[in-house]
Amino acid sequence: MKPIEWTRRSLFAAAAGMAMAASLGAPALAQTPPGVLVVGQIAEPKSLDPAAVTAVNDFRILVNLYEGLLQYAPGTLEVAPGLAESWEVSEDGTVYTFKLREGVTFHDGTPFNAEAVKFNFDRMLNEDHPYHDTGPFPLAFFFSAVEETTVVDDLTVQFTLNEPYAPFLSNLAYPTGLMVSPAAVEAHGDDFGRNPSGTGPFRFGEWRSNEAVVVEKNPDYWGEPAGTDAVVFRPITDANTRVAEMLSGGIDMMVEVPPTALSEFRDESFNVVEQAGPHVWFLILNAKEGPFADKRVRQAANYAINKEAIVTDVLEGTAEVAAGPIPPAFAWAYNEDLDPYPYDPDRARELLAEADAEGAELTFYVTEGGSGMLDPIPMGTAIQADLKAVGLDVNIETYEWNTFLGEVNPGLEGKADMAEMAWMTNDPDTLPFLALRTDAWPDAGGFNSGYYSNPEVDKLLEEARVATDQDRRAELYKEMQAIVQDDAPWVFVANWKQNAVTSDKVENFDLEPSFLLLLQDVVKN
Amino acid sequence: MGAYILKRLLSAIPVLLGITVIVFLIMAMIPGDPATAILGSYATPENVAKINRDLGLDKPIVQRYFIWLGNMLTGDFGRSFSLNRPVFDEILDRFSATLVLAGVSFVLASLLGILAGVVSAARQYGLADKLITFTVIIGISVPSFFLGMMMILLFAVNLRWLPVSGMYAIYGGGDMLDLIRHLIMPASALAVVATGVIARLSRSAMLEVLRQDYIRTARAKGVDERRVIMGHAMRSAMVSIIPVLGIQAGFVLSGSVYIELVFQWPGVGRMLVDAILKRDLLLVQGGVVFVAACYVFFNIVVDVAQSLLDPRIKT
Repeated sequence: MKPIEWTRRSLFAAAAGMAMAASLGAPALAQTPPGVLVVGQIAEPKSLDPAAVTAVNDFRILVNLYEGLLQYAPGTLEVAPGLAESWEVSEDGTVYTFKLREGVTFHDGTPFNAEAVKFNFDRMLNEDHPYHDTGPFPLAFFFSAVEETTVVDDLTVQFTLNEPYAPFLSNLAYPTGLMVSPAAVEAHGDDFGRNPSGTGPFRFGEWRSNEAVVVEKNPDYWGEPAGTDAVVFRPITDANTRVAEMLSGGIDMMVEVPPTALSEFRDESFNVVEQAGPHVWFLILNAKEGPFADKRVRQAANYAINKEAIVTDVLEGTAEVAAGPIPPAFAWAYNEDLDPYPYDPDRARELLAEADAEGAELTFYVTEGGSGMLDPIPMGTAIQADLKAVGLDVNIETYEWNTFLGEVNPGLEGKADMAEMAWMTNDPDTLPFLALRTDAWPDAGGFNSGYYSNPEVDKLLEEARVATDQDRRAELYKEMQAIVQDDAPWVFVANWKQNAVTSDKVENFDLEPSFLLLLQDVVKN
Repeated sequence: MGAYILKRLLSAIPVLLGITVIVFLIMAMIPGDPATAILGSYATPENVAKINRDLGLDKPIVQRYFIWLGNMLTGDFGRSFSLNRPVFDEILDRFSATLVLAGVSFVLASLLGILAGVVSAARQYGLADKLITFTVIIGISVPSFFLGMMMILLFAVNLRWLPVSGMYAIYGGGDMLDLIRHLIMPASALAVVATGVIARLSRSAMLEVLRQDYIRTARAKGVDERRVIMGHAMRSAMVSIIPVLGIQAGFVLSGSVYIELVFQWPGVGRMLVDAILKRDLLLVQGGVVFVAACYVFFNIVVDVAQSLLDPRIKT
């Protein structure tokens, strides 16, 4: 009997020990402290150097540390003054002159001036610049039209472009245009991305790898001081774990709530915030060969797919039905007169009969996930079922995201008839210019993977890019949208509404159409 | 003994070289490349070429392999482009977090597993044996990530006893107690399967030993039953239990990938998953080589320990 007694006792001891250890935590598990906002992010940031990063996840931190010459006016995608108070554009659209705000200093104490602006752009664009090797700067091409940056006087800076380029202003408002402290770059070199210094309402606190990035209120901020003492950005890559952290009070705010988890937050201790953004989810159709070479078949696909059902059932209301290639978030450039293709399977069947394409077999590239792709597999199978209902036989091929891009970007010719795709942009120019023009076919270095070509659309887009008058640009884009909708090079499916959940202790929070996370005014009780 | 250890260490060199070739080739062959992963929607051929030049990926593959290998031999694992910091620093940070998790989990699994196995064997077909066997079978059958999620739901979301995820509290933590509170769930979830396997194998190892003549002799001589089990039988049984522990240590280490994801433990498993998705070649290669080297080393330690217990093995 003896040995068994001994082990039984030890088992009890072990069990009691574990129970005690567990209960140790109970009273200590406090909520996050007042004045400190803990944000659940979707991933560890790559770097806190705005010129070096490309992910929205990183931008969400950066826009609180840094400011650019311009910013998006709250609630819109129109540019407004930032570190530049005013600007002028030359008649021919190639010289931009900015008057800078006075008395602004970087977090390291050095002044913000025209020299600093020049340093920022030269570092990104000029391969001979002594700090160009702190890159790579993957989005530097946003400013590739800049031929020269000139210091006119301490608070005036001038950009000379090699040709008129209308999206220049909205690119300046994009996070790639955020201004970094030259002194800090010189001091830290390659490690600047972990020792950031900007002019924003928050300054850098600490970065504990894979645990948290902490930013603190900047006491010397030139504008309204921040509403919280500190913000902690926690990378929580697993969506279920992020939801559990939110439910248990471990974080105060989470972004990119999975649609299926939204119902968990429908009670009064949480607020769900939504905002439509510059996002389009669409199907690229191969207009060069196969059934979709016929416009009527492309239109039939637009009629056959029940976008309303995808948006409400698959995406649980986290998106709206798209009407054309430009999302409504670009209010000034959006053509309000266009209605989405209605769900009309009978009309689809008619068109297919006219085009003699009934029973066609189609190959459909679907991705498993990826930036802005929402829920691509369920969406893909819903689309497959809708097309089956009108007599199109669709075979799905599924790829992991980077592999998928490697298949789709070089063009669908000889491989597939349709492919899923999604874009988020900062200017109405970007997506159509890179993905709908004839000169943007894959062999020419663009993203027109379905080989759509309409000379009229080409002309409108080329003209809109060099027009400096915004009203004129808007007119051109609206005309382009009407043509493209009728030509149906894509199936226009959804515009995503970004969402976030906050606890009831968070006040003054709004999401921006730019999908950036501005936390300056947020208060945390 | 010294010669044996030296022999084993030398035999590890070709294994490690083979691993560098395999991981390098796999990363070179999988579809999708770093430039596309960095640029996403903006991956025009021109932009891709520029990024490839910046990352040194425009050189021929053989040359890239030898540059990488040569740098690694001098201790330079390169710089991770997705995290913008030296690969080796990142691996050390991450690996120490994994060691804490996997180490605690492994010790837990070994102690509980051997204990359960010994009790089962000592009371074969008794109530304790049946209860333990039943529990162990359930433990082996439940996937650990599922168990982890259920634990989070119960202990963190509903009861609020333990934190959901992470290694330390964001504010006011950082001490040993804080670490233990964060460790309880992931370490237990990770230990469950290994505990079960160790318990099953310890039980059969013990039963085999308990049937031996010298045990009967010891009992006949009137040796205290506790000494028979813990002294005479255990020592022999350990010879067959230790290699099981060695294999389970490997499983615990690889199982930590899922657990680290569920509990957001900042360990090397989660690092590798992220790095593969982002096509961070140097980080994946360096990480795999490092983990493989540790695994090879650990196996040598196990073999040496075994040969110390049973001198017949050393040949």
